[in-house]
Amino acid sequence: MKEPREIDLSLVTEAVKGLLIKANISIGQDIYNALVHARDRVEESPVGKYVLDQIIRNHDIARSDQMPICQDTGMAVVFTDIGQEVVFRGGNLVQAINSGVEEAYREGFFRRSVVADPLFDRKNTGTNTPAVIHTRIVPGDRMTLLVTPKGFGSENMSALKMFTPAEGPEKVRDFIKETVAAAGPNPCPPTIVGVGIGGTVEAAAIMAKRATLYPIGRRNTDSRYAALEIESLAAVNDLGIGPGGLGGRVTCLDVHIDFAPGHIAGTPVVVNICCHASRHAEVTI
Amino acid sequence: MKYAGRIVTPLTDKAVLSLRSGDKVLISGIIFTGRDAAHRRIADSIGGNRPLPFDLNGQVIYYVGPSPTPPGKTCGSAGPTTSGRMDPFTPLLLDLGLKGMIGKGTRSSEVIDSMVRNKAVYLGAVGGAAALISKSITRMETVAWPELGPEAVFRMRVEDFPVVVLIDAYGKNLYETGPRQYLRDPAGRPGEE
Repeated sequence: MKEPREIDLSLVTEAVKGLLIKANISIGQDIYNALVHARDRVEESPVGKYVLDQIIRNHDIARSDQMPICQDTGMAVVFTDIGQEVVFRGGNLVQAINSGVEEAYREGFFRRSVVADPLFDRKNTGTNTPAVIHTRIVPGDRMTLLVTPKGFGSENMSALKMFTPAEGPEKVRDFIKETVAAAGPNPCPPTIVGVGIGGTVEAAAIMAKRATLYPIGRRNTDSRYAALEIESLAAVNDLGIGPGGLGGRVTCLDVHIDFAPGHIAGTPVVVNICCHASRHAEVTI
Repeated sequence: MKYAGRIVTPLTDKAVLSLRSGDKVLISGIIFTGRDAAHRRIADSIGGNRPLPFDLNGQVIYYVGPSPTPPGKTCGSAGPTTSGRMDPFTPLLLDLGLKGMIGKGTRSSEVIDSMVRNKAVYLGAVGGAAALISKSITRMETVAWPELGPEAVFRMRVEDFPVVVLIDAYGKNLYETGPRQYLRDPAGRPGEE
């Protein structure tokens, strides 16, 4: 048997902290380029161009002044794939991740937006913890951390629907379109839409969240799902909602779909909406 | 898009009535912040006949929960939050003289009716342009409920804060008229439901 690889948890804390600071301040180049392309080449509406220009200038200022892109610095969502040969030293993995979140939000002057009890007293935890952590055990001796601070203007506009086996891809496309139409201006368009199809309810939701983080222009490797992504994107942009919801061609920058094997009796579909700032950062340890 | 003009707070009826849905304007003067928790407390204060943290007459409320102020800066990032969550409280505030709101997203028909009745305007800041907007804020101080953190009521002095008139005092709504011009699919629904 292979020797286990030790990872000191202080490394995990440092990594989570660094990733969250980066993600909250500096947008990915793919999204930046897509916004510039939308403003200069695609958008026809004057007010739509204006909104896109403000968004692009905001990214420039956030980066140069080291300010958060958005005041809603989100709930910290952490995806971690852990090689099965990894052994952690120096504490507790969940605590190590949460310490990284707490330090990032304190040192980055990011807003703490997490309440301890969601329904009754809604008291702020003051640290932006706990993070939402999704763990997978994978082969190997490495660990990847993918973090995304998820804002709730767009999270609030997300939706789940259970489909019957008789319902085909057109119905899924219609559901994506209906969800974006109902969201209107609220999720800060142009959005990035993540769709999870199959598995169980929670599996579809996690797939959808991951899908919001795929690079702009990435297509599903299954050509049928890739075609559904392209059709859904076109259908959504036909809505005319436009940047900021003020009318225009660019309602959505991309639709990403992931799928998983499902049950013979039904298919959960989750549409998770992300605002124009799909903030995320990743590292392998 | 060119700026249609500048407006200064507090807002007069004349200034409000001069604004039209779709106008791009720059706001200067004092504005107050308030979002979910502050609205609940303002409504509770009104219901309990207790004094309000500021006189609503002629004022503008910005729906924002800023990120913490870093050293050497006036305020943190400060973009708009979704206004619709404040809808249940808004007609009450408009009846007490509130003249303007800055936020993002759709409003209820009750709010729009109350805006027309009370001659008030709903202005849009670009959602997510929070670092850019913070450059327009030249002063910020806490007015009430500091224990609410980012949800406290702050008094902000703003200079040339860029906004678009979303819903004017005549009830014309850019969220309806804007998307309709670009709607390609007659079966699809525009942004405003």
